Amino acid sequence: MAGASSPSLVTHGLTRRFGRFVAVDHLDLTVEGTKVVGFLGPNGAGKTTALKMLTDLIFPTAGEAFLNGVSVQRDRKRALAGVGTLIETPEIYPSLTPREALEMAGRLRGLEADYVRERTRVVLEEVKMSEWIDRKTGRFSKGMKQRIHIAAALLSDPNILLLDEPSTGLDPRGMAEVREIVRGLKRSGRLVFMSSHILSEVVDVCDEVALIDRGKLLFYDTLANVSARLAGGATEVTAVFLKPLSDDELLSHLTGVPDLVSWSRAGPDRVTLRIQGGTEAQSRILETLVARRTGLWSFRESRSALEEVYLREITQGEQ
Amino acid sequence: MSGSAVADARPVAGAAPPTTRTTPPSWKQAIILARFQLRDYLRAFRFSLMMGIVGAIGVIITILLVHFRPAVLHSASAFYGSFWTGGVVFVMVVAVIIYGGDAIAGEFQNRTGYFLLGLPVRRAAVYAGKFLASFAACVVAVLFYLAILVADASYFLGGGAVSDPGQLVASLGLALLYLLAVLGTAFLFSSLFKQSLFGVLVVLFMFLIGWNILTSVVTSLFQTEPWFVISYAAPVIGYPLTGTPQHLVRFGALVSYSPTLGEGIAIMLGYFVVTSLLGLLLFEREEFT
Ligand SMILES: Nc1ncnc2c1ncn2[C@@H]1O[C@H](COP(=O)(O)OP(=O)(O)OP(=O)(O)O)[C@@H](O)[C@H]1O
Ligand SMILES: [Mg+2]
Repeated sequence: MAGASSPSLVTHGLTRRFGRFVAVDHLDLTVEGTKVVGFLGPNGAGKTTALKMLTDLIFPTAGEAFLNGVSVQRDRKRALAGVGTLIETPEIYPSLTPREALEMAGRLRGLEADYVRERTRVVLEEVKMSEWIDRKTGRFSKGMKQRIHIAAALLSDPNILLLDEPSTGLDPRGMAEVREIVRGLKRSGRLVFMSSHILSEVVDVCDEVALIDRGKLLFYDTLANVSARLAGGATEVTAVFLKPLSDDELLSHLTGVPDLVSWSRAGPDRVTLRIQGGTEAQSRILETLVARRTGLWSFRESRSALEEVYLREITQGEQ
Repeated sequence: MSGSAVADARPVAGAAPPTTRTTPPSWKQAIILARFQLRDYLRAFRFSLMMGIVGAIGVIITILLVHFRPAVLHSASAFYGSFWTGGVVFVMVVAVIIYGGDAIAGEFQNRTGYFLLGLPVRRAAVYAGKFLASFAACVVAVLFYLAILVADASYFLGGGAVSDPGQLVASLGLALLYLLAVLGTAFLFSSLFKQSLFGVLVVLFMFLIGWNILTSVVTSLFQTEPWFVISYAAPVIGYPLTGTPQHLVRFGALVSYSPTLGEGIAIMLGYFVVTSLLGLLLFEREEFT
């Protein structure tokens, strides 16, 4: 099933300037196959700009983008045929209902009426909007609209999904549902390329991450490799104790603990530990603290590996 | 290279729809889009607004007719020649202001274009679809106005209300041609802006006073036939009913031109074609930033 027919997203030197400002700078990406890729970067990094060039909403100053092998710039209609998109915050003609909006999208894509009807039911169920199917979208809240647009992106069962912060504006349950939808897409052989600021979401659903800052791609790698990058660096763990500890107590608990680089108080009952040596070191420290009967009841990384790498790469960029 | 695997780029899993790869031809997409756009148009407030204005014009005309019983009430041709020709141009301009001025600009301001352009459609199909929908909405206004006049005529002229349907149909045809030209021009103005208000204001200004100013400036200052002004062609709509007037009339130093039928048709077609091409060209280059 893979091979020639597997989904692909490729950019060659994709560049966009706004006046003198370079929003996206020679972006070279090749993403192929069934996977979920997180597109990360600080505000203004150029994620939306890149996604808009990938969907021909705006035009590159230089370079080209290909979806399923078709140049977006040369033939948007064919390039987007197998692609579901949700870029920034689109709107539907306000007096149309979700049923009608999806029917319009489906018919424009050339899907048959019966298929559209059935899929509309399925995708609205998936985004939990079934009971609103015949209400005008104009009055919908931001999150409700977002759900409808996610449904619209899924409607044609595309093999590539380009999503710009799909879970912004959604309530916590909505976010969890989006994660579930994205996982489901991967299971059914889709390529999902999504920007996000929610690193826990990225860790949760993505196989690979592309990090962009000031228009430049810093790295594109698997999540596993990203964690491995950290092996050299220190991890931060927050340890929480049952009762507040005095400085003396804390000192006696923590002196002589192996692999502990440094520590600092994070509150009356908690302390931030900087640990060298990855998960094994963390395990040794945890065991030591438990053995010392410190009243420790919570011990967890204050940041994920992805967060560590993200912060490190982004701050390096600022120097 | 990645450019070759194109034809095969299909969804992989078994659940893939049967027709993903057969995106309809653009003309068909334009019609699909127009259908849904029109549905939105007819449900929204602006439709009531347009019909309300046309209805009000109808009421005023009816009151005047009842009150003054003018001489034109004695023949259908004369009746339509005065009330249809003058009124329909105004009705069309009102409809175009409502359905044309913000048609393209609104896709940016209301962000609906971000939804449409996320689909596998060419910009041209979106432009054409929007045009078709606006045209259809304006035609509703024109037909409503015509219906009011026919009702009035039936009341005052009885069986002779539509004594020569051919004349009226020819005049209606010319009116719709004029509508194409006016709407095409409005779409061009609309594609110049990303804010609905500007589109509407420019269309409003041009069609209510702009062209008239241009016409009088050109005729009085340069003594030239204003063949390049769209509204110059408007009176042609009445020719099937009232006959073609003299091309050039002089009152001392004053000159007044009337287009020939052929000239009028050429002006309308020219405006439609040129403004549509220009507007499309602009829209093709516009970005959804
Ligand atoms: N139309 C425009 N004109 C000028 N500058 C623009 C335009 N659109 C984007 N930019 C600039 O390009 C840069 C990248 O913007 P972009 O929206 O792509 O960022 P982003 O990564 O999506 O950020 P966020 O995470 O906040 O959504 C920003 O500095 C922005 O100011
Ligand atoms: Mg963004």
